Amino acid sequence: MSLQLDAESAAILSPGIDLRISRILGRYFVYGCLVVLAAIFLAPLISMLFTSLKSMDEIRSGNILSFPKALTFEAWQHVWGSACIGVTCGGLKGYFGNSFLIVVPATLISVGFGALNGFVFANWRFRGDHILFGLILFGCFIPLQIVLIPMAGLLGVLHLAGTIPGLVLVHVVYGICFTTMFFRNYFVTIPAEIFKAARIDGAGFWAVFVRILLPISWPIVMVSIIWQFTGVWNDFLFGVSFAAGSSQPVTVALNNLVNTSTGTKAYNEDMAAAMIAALPTIIIYVAAGRYFLRGLMAGAVKG
Amino acid sequence: MSLSKRLGKIMPAIVLSPSLAVVTLCVYGFMAYTALLSFTDSKMFARFDFVGWRQYGRLFESPRWIIAIENMAIFGTLYIVCATCLGLFIAILIDQRIRFEGVFRAVFLYPMALSFVVTGVIWQWLLNPGLGLEHMMRELGWTSFTFQWLIEPNRAIYTIVIAGVWQVTGFVMALFLAGLRGVDTEILRAARIDGAPIHKVYTRIIIPALRPAFLTVFVIEAHLAIKSYDLVVALTKGGPGVSTELPSTFMYSMTFTRNELAVGAASATVMLVTLASIIIPYLYSELRHEPTT
Amino acid sequence: MKMANLAINHINKSFGNLTVLKDIDIAIEDGEFLVLVGPSGCGKSTLLSIIAGLDDHTSGSITIDGKSVQGLEPKERDIAMVFQSYALYPAMTVEQNIGFSLEMSKMPKPERLERVGKVADLLQIRHLLKRRPGQLSGGQRQRVAMGRALVREPKIFLFDEPLSNLDAKLRVEMRTEIKKLHQRLGATIVYVTHDQIEAMTMATRIAVMKDGILQQFGTPEDIYDRPANVFVATFMGSPPMNLLPAVIVDGSQGLSIQGADAMLPVPFSAVTRAPQGKKVLLGIRPEWLSLASTSTYQPTLDLYVEVVEPTGPDIFVALRLGEREIMGRLPTGSRTRVGEKARFAVDLSKAVLFDAETGIAI
Ligand SMILES: Nc1ncnc2c1ncn2[C@@H]1O[C@H](COP(=O)(O)OP(=O)(O)O)[C@@H](O)[C@H]1O
Ligand SMILES: [Mg+2]
Repeated sequence: MSLQLDAESAAILSPGIDLRISRILGRYFVYGCLVVLAAIFLAPLISMLFTSLKSMDEIRSGNILSFPKALTFEAWQHVWGSACIGVTCGGLKGYFGNSFLIVVPATLISVGFGALNGFVFANWRFRGDHILFGLILFGCFIPLQIVLIPMAGLLGVLHLAGTIPGLVLVHVVYGICFTTMFFRNYFVTIPAEIFKAARIDGAGFWAVFVRILLPISWPIVMVSIIWQFTGVWNDFLFGVSFAAGSSQPVTVALNNLVNTSTGTKAYNEDMAAAMIAALPTIIIYVAAGRYFLRGLMAGAVKG
Repeated sequence: MSLSKRLGKIMPAIVLSPSLAVVTLCVYGFMAYTALLSFTDSKMFARFDFVGWRQYGRLFESPRWIIAIENMAIFGTLYIVCATCLGLFIAILIDQRIRFEGVFRAVFLYPMALSFVVTGVIWQWLLNPGLGLEHMMRELGWTSFTFQWLIEPNRAIYTIVIAGVWQVTGFVMALFLAGLRGVDTEILRAARIDGAPIHKVYTRIIIPALRPAFLTVFVIEAHLAIKSYDLVVALTKGGPGVSTELPSTFMYSMTFTRNELAVGAASATVMLVTLASIIIPYLYSELRHEPTT
Repeated sequence: MKMANLAINHINKSFGNLTVLKDIDIAIEDGEFLVLVGPSGCGKSTLLSIIAGLDDHTSGSITIDGKSVQGLEPKERDIAMVFQSYALYPAMTVEQNIGFSLEMSKMPKPERLERVGKVADLLQIRHLLKRRPGQLSGGQRQRVAMGRALVREPKIFLFDEPLSNLDAKLRVEMRTEIKKLHQRLGATIVYVTHDQIEAMTMATRIAVMKDGILQQFGTPEDIYDRPANVFVATFMGSPPMNLLPAVIVDGSQGLSIQGADAMLPVPFSAVTRAPQGKKVLLGIRPEWLSLASTSTYQPTLDLYVEVVEPTGPDIFVALRLGEREIMGRLPTGSRTRVGEKARFAVDLSKAVLFDAETGIAI
């Protein structure tokens, strides 16, 4: 359904010349709109980057999109190493590290469980299996506010309140719903005869999973890892609710840095901090955008 | 039956049970707990003295909650309408066999990779009245240009719409693009040969064929809108005053700073019921079409 | 080579309240080639899965070599199976695919590789051993799937429509090859197909199924020459058997063909079982008709030639008898012309009579 195709078939019917003009105009319109919109969508990122590389004086004299005349990494250095967040003045670096300490185990554990659960849901028929899967699916979509109060209680009981392992646990629990869905929806597309053949060959649960399934699952493993990584990295609600002081993730620290500072706002520092917090997910997006998009689409339940 | 054989038979159950236990407790158990809590008079700590619907009464008498709901309606409507229209428009443009399609797609989609906090911080900068957009426009010669939405109580909610739409449009575009690519090209050819003008082809054939995509887009947007929390906190902190309060920020402050646990629980329950009434029919219709293997 | 007899005893199977197999009862001897044939959805694959132990049955039993296999896992039944989609493991090489079952039974690697190599030679796929399924053609995948079954040296081979994904030429080749393998190994084989030609050419026994019910079980000759009912008569054979409605007259001596002014004697085999006035269907295979010579002693019909289709070895002719259409199959060189009326001899010694109401052979 391209314009070209339509124009070609229309050209069969009507005198060509006017059509060709309108077709060229149409092309200009399409590219014009796209370029303008793309510029608008890119502008915030460009502004963020430029501003983070300016001094406050230059910010006052220039505008949000002006290219920095005197490049300076001062703002970056300051927010990374020495900006005051809450009561400590060690910059973002500790919180950045916290985020990694939360994201890596949370991602690996939830993807591992999701793969196993997905395998079971795709290949074992038992009473109520569809209802059970539906219940897990619904777990992906609940407003997390509904679990905040009891989860705070549970973490307290487990002596994990305010700790990084506590946050890992929370992210694993609510991440499993998504990863289970991803893997299950991927595994049901594998022909059932392969599993029958494996049974006849005498392969048990783990042999089928490790030898036959995992080697062909890397696309969905990638999708799940990227989904979980970006989701956990970008989380704010759990971080702000369950992490305390020095165990907070970088998103919470960023918000504290930006929104609790007193005096005149240092926008260059705000932008440098935002860049730092955004960098890991932007890198993932650039490196593996295809899997990122597949994750988004799969998260919309569409298979 | 040998032990290992019996173990093999129940292995799926063994593997599934930890996750099921956790989901049962932490999703459904917690839902029930929160709902139960909303019928008590808990303040700072959970106490199970039941008071019936009283907290819901207090909730809906609270002006702050009413503002939150009104804001939710404004934000939700504008967010869904703007993101859907813009996303569809961009998807149609991208579907015209353009060059550099991958680059354009990547540019529209990247905000989705950012944290809402980052998005909030960026737009707080872009829209700040002193040095932001207003400053740039004045510098460019439009000296009377004023843009102070961020600090105007009646307008601040629209800045959240702007930032939210900027973030989600690329995703909406991708969902529509997938839908557009699924439309049968034979039908379109036939329609064009029958002499249907191009706008008619869109309004009569393509857009109706996108119905499933519209449904998905709507559900995703509604879901994101109701859960929106980080964006508001980072962009306006709910202010000026409480002018950009949303149910999610209301719930958080009642629960964690105002020591009104039961009211917080009641507001969370209202959010859950609202979302569930959108999600459950959707999931049901999605799953019903699945072949039972 | 090991082999075994197989008995399927009164098997019933339902999925929920949908009954897919009804009282299936079949027994075969060592080294037989049993073909289960029937239209799609009649329950063939389900029956095969039950024999393999992949599916449970609702009632009845399966015995292999006289021993019940109730409760045995597929791997314990000493069977091997080839699937319609081949079901090769995508991430493994051909060698690993074929050797997987041996690996699962913890056979030492050198011995395993030797067995795989022998099978690869037998199937002429040694040069493919290091490839993955994605790099193979359909025919090659089919061979690998067979190799995976052969390497186990099972008592019974189960095939589920193994040739239906191949193109026509390859299908005929593989048909012959599987038949040769059977003769060479002497193995017991259960083979599922919906293709009646495959059934006729390969089987030593055929079981014809429809809607989960066994219609007839017998040798290919039984099935072809003495179909038990109208369904078997028309399902097996192409073009199918002609069925002419007729009424028994003349004190059980004559057949009056309905819708045409024609009479034939009642086939000798049915005389005692066809009372006067009974409505029947006369079954005549196309090749049981021939152009009548003047001296023929067989009964004849005068038929009008409507279409002539030479196929190479045969000529198919569409003939008309009153309101009835009849297909005939004549040897090449037979002199017939469209539009003429010709006299055809009918080989009534072979013809079959069916009860018009029940469809069962008389
Ligand atoms: N797992 C199942 N659940 C419900 N019905 C099934 C299942 N498997 C097969 N059937 C039904 O059983 C019947 C026989 O199927 P099958 O044995 O595959 O037929 P065939 O192999 O002869 O084509 C079909 O009507 C099919 O729909
Ligand atoms: Mg089948």
